[in-house]
Amino acid sequence: MDIATQSIEGGFADPVFNAQTVFRAIMDAMARPGSVQALPQLAQPPAPLAATAAAVALSLCDNDTPIWLDPRLQAEASVKAWLGFHTGAPLANTPADAHFALVANPAEMAALDGFSQGTQEYPDRSTTLILLVDDLASGPSLLLEGPGIEKTAMIAPVGMPRHFVEQWKQNNQRFPRGVDIILAAPGSLACLPRTTRIKTMEA
Amino acid sequence: MYVAVKGGEAAIANAHRLLADRRRGDRSVPALRLDQIAEQLALGVDRVMSEGSLYDRELAALAVVQARGDMIEAIFLVRAYRTTLPRFGYTCPVDTGAMQVERRVSATYKDLPGGQVLGPTFDYTHRLLDPELAAGGDVEAPTERPAEAEAMPRVSSILAHEGLIEADGDMPLDHVPGDITREPLQFPMARDIRLQALSRGDEGFLLALGYSTQRGYARNHPFVGEIRIGEVELELDVPELPFAVPLGAIRVTECQMVNQFKGSAKAPPQFTRGYGLVFGQSERKAMAMALCDRALRASELGEDVVAAAQDEEFVISHSDNVQATGFVEHLKLPHYVDFQAELDLVRRMRAEYEARENENRAEDKREAAE
Amino acid sequence: MSAQSTDIATYNFAYLDEQTKRMIRRAILKGIAIPGYQVPFASREMPMPYGWGTGGVQVTASIIGPDDVLKVIDQGADDTTNAVSIRAFFKKVAKVEVTTDTARATIIQTRHRIPEHSLTAGQVLVFQVPIPEPLRFLEPRETETRKMHALEEYGLMHVKLYEDIAKHGRIATTYAYPVKVEGRYVMDPSPTPKFDNPKMHRSPALQLFGAGREKRIYAVPPFTDVVSLDFEDHPFEVQTFDQPCALCGAENVYLDEVILDDHGGHMFVCSDTDHCEKRRGDPTTPLWGGRAEGAGDLATTPATPTPALRADPPHKGEGKEAE
Repeated sequence: MDIATQSIEGGFADPVFNAQTVFRAIMDAMARPGSVQALPQLAQPPAPLAATAAAVALSLCDNDTPIWLDPRLQAEASVKAWLGFHTGAPLANTPADAHFALVANPAEMAALDGFSQGTQEYPDRSTTLILLVDDLASGPSLLLEGPGIEKTAMIAPVGMPRHFVEQWKQNNQRFPRGVDIILAAPGSLACLPRTTRIKTMEA
Repeated sequence: MYVAVKGGEAAIANAHRLLADRRRGDRSVPALRLDQIAEQLALGVDRVMSEGSLYDRELAALAVVQARGDMIEAIFLVRAYRTTLPRFGYTCPVDTGAMQVERRVSATYKDLPGGQVLGPTFDYTHRLLDPELAAGGDVEAPTERPAEAEAMPRVSSILAHEGLIEADGDMPLDHVPGDITREPLQFPMARDIRLQALSRGDEGFLLALGYSTQRGYARNHPFVGEIRIGEVELELDVPELPFAVPLGAIRVTECQMVNQFKGSAKAPPQFTRGYGLVFGQSERKAMAMALCDRALRASELGEDVVAAAQDEEFVISHSDNVQATGFVEHLKLPHYVDFQAELDLVRRMRAEYEARENENRAEDKREAAE
Repeated sequence: MSAQSTDIATYNFAYLDEQTKRMIRRAILKGIAIPGYQVPFASREMPMPYGWGTGGVQVTASIIGPDDVLKVIDQGADDTTNAVSIRAFFKKVAKVEVTTDTARATIIQTRHRIPEHSLTAGQVLVFQVPIPEPLRFLEPRETETRKMHALEEYGLMHVKLYEDIAKHGRIATTYAYPVKVEGRYVMDPSPTPKFDNPKMHRSPALQLFGAGREKRIYAVPPFTDVVSLDFEDHPFEVQTFDQPCALCGAENVYLDEVILDDHGGHMFVCSDTDHCEKRRGDPTTPLWGGRAEGAGDLATTPATPTPALRADPPHKGEGKEAE
């Protein structure tokens, strides 16, 4: 299949209701950090972009939201064409310009503080990171607490960024500035808003 | 028995049926057609288009009749429809210098290239009610001179030759115009954003503010450099095409106010400008807008902000009549929960007050008795 | 297009176009991530007036799906005209199921109250907010209040509350009583009576706030600290009522005063109509022996026994004129 065909196919079959389904999953995940929200496969993007991350992008991104792609996604012309066709979102030149960042290889990703953190007056003007992970249960366990969590929550995503716990602590300290993370796994997603604190991580 | 507000749904439906009846009025009187409104109440339709931010005479006429002639309600109807329309793009900047002028007057020159053109104006009419209009008599055809071959340069361009007036604002080539309908307002705002807000702002509110500047609340010595009314061409740049695509023409009113300016630390002595541009024919609105625009440039020109008309947050936050009418009129919604809370507080405070008073009176009595 | 045709416009599911929904959805996510912070958003003109719930309606329209069950209340009641009107709007543009039953609703849009029935995880409470800025009446300028929030500079608010105490012997704010969210942002809870403030604290439900005219969205995630501002020597307290609801006998609920005649006769009834009807319908609390009634079905409402009028005032020291 050539890039032109690839870029047109694989979007939401039912844009209005699919977008609503995906958004509600993200909203619930953001409101209950660490909770895993199941999501049917609603998008078929070209690899290495995966279905869940693609569905998140389709539901949240458009011409008003520059997207930054990590080098692995950046290298694939078909991914850029697909996102361009289905969302209309421009590509951000630098992580700091991005409203959203799609990261196919979180383990190798740039430091969190390189993305837009928002300002003290407008902390909402920050990058939302969409990290593609293989699953949310078999990696090192993260014990979470903070708003949205009654006592504690546990999540164990695979292939997180290097020194993630330390980086996340710094992200917490920048509050109200900071980035928020959407973890996109096959068939499910979870969120780490900037308010979530990681208590411990098992080795 | 307590039944209070049950049956809201039926009450609302009945109220709306009554509204439709009152809107139609006496059935023996012919119903208004939209073309009658668009043709014969044209300035009302213009105002609805201008403050509704949607250039469509037919829809504006529909809004006027649906609103029973209530202009702000009509503007609201148009806005609520406009907001659902998809955005295809932004037109190229309109060149008002190339306008097909129907009216053009300048107060700063006796005569000027292209001449003074009075056009269809109320100016110099004697405001005497005309019984012939009520009788619906024939109206004679107007005399119109043929279209001028001579260009009608804008007065600002004439003044610019001497270097005595500030230049048109400079925008970088890659400037993307703001859009107040798609981005939340943020203060302080760029002039393009502010002008958008003023252009859809309430005519009465801007008129009063403009008037206040003339009466000394931030006086800025205005002269009408020029008012022109007429049709301008709209064009859209389409990336795939090597030329701009013509979309048609719209009628607009433009006012360039020329203001004396003694200079400041930021700018040399020169004439400065206030600018007004609105859909359709509305000189009053365009002039008021130009006065407000100039007043709102106080900080930019290094003037002290001393009056309401110069206060950007105050003017722009309160200029939108759809917002204003909504919030003022929302006071008629039930507020009894909050009122109950206040009632309770006032009762308690009143009781404490009376207890204190009684105490004092008793004290006084005791003292008097002693 | 022709304005004369009857199909002048067709609207998207839940009225808003998809681009607008995306913009609002992004703002909601930012609001959840920064609890209590007012996210600016490009509020749209809605087909109801500004000030009548356009913020709440835009939030609801952006989150609602075909499987949702919607409840709309105004002053705690399902049958007040604006609640009826907004419920009818969503019934029409989203074809969702609507209910008056607090427990069954997945989304509850409210003006001025939080339901008495405890909310649960998975429910979303959408508040209509007129003036989202808690500091607005102390400092009218957005440029200034934004700085205060940025610097966490809330001294002005404490001064105002303390002046109340000095002047009136108590904090004279009875509704829209300011709260601090998760120890950081001072937030306006919308004009709910302060009676409802404690319900916001660590609620299992997600609370979203929409201010259409002022173009702000903010949020309180579930299980988030919401603390009413107060002083050690003047701790925050809620309104108390000296008598139960005259219809269902409920205590510790917010009551409305209903005027019965022009001689000072009045009674106090639940502001939360669903709560009251449920209690009257529930055989375990047979105060009047009535049954649950749907909002608006006046025709089938059984005659409720007239409650005995109280001649004595419900609050000590009030109602002297009536006597």
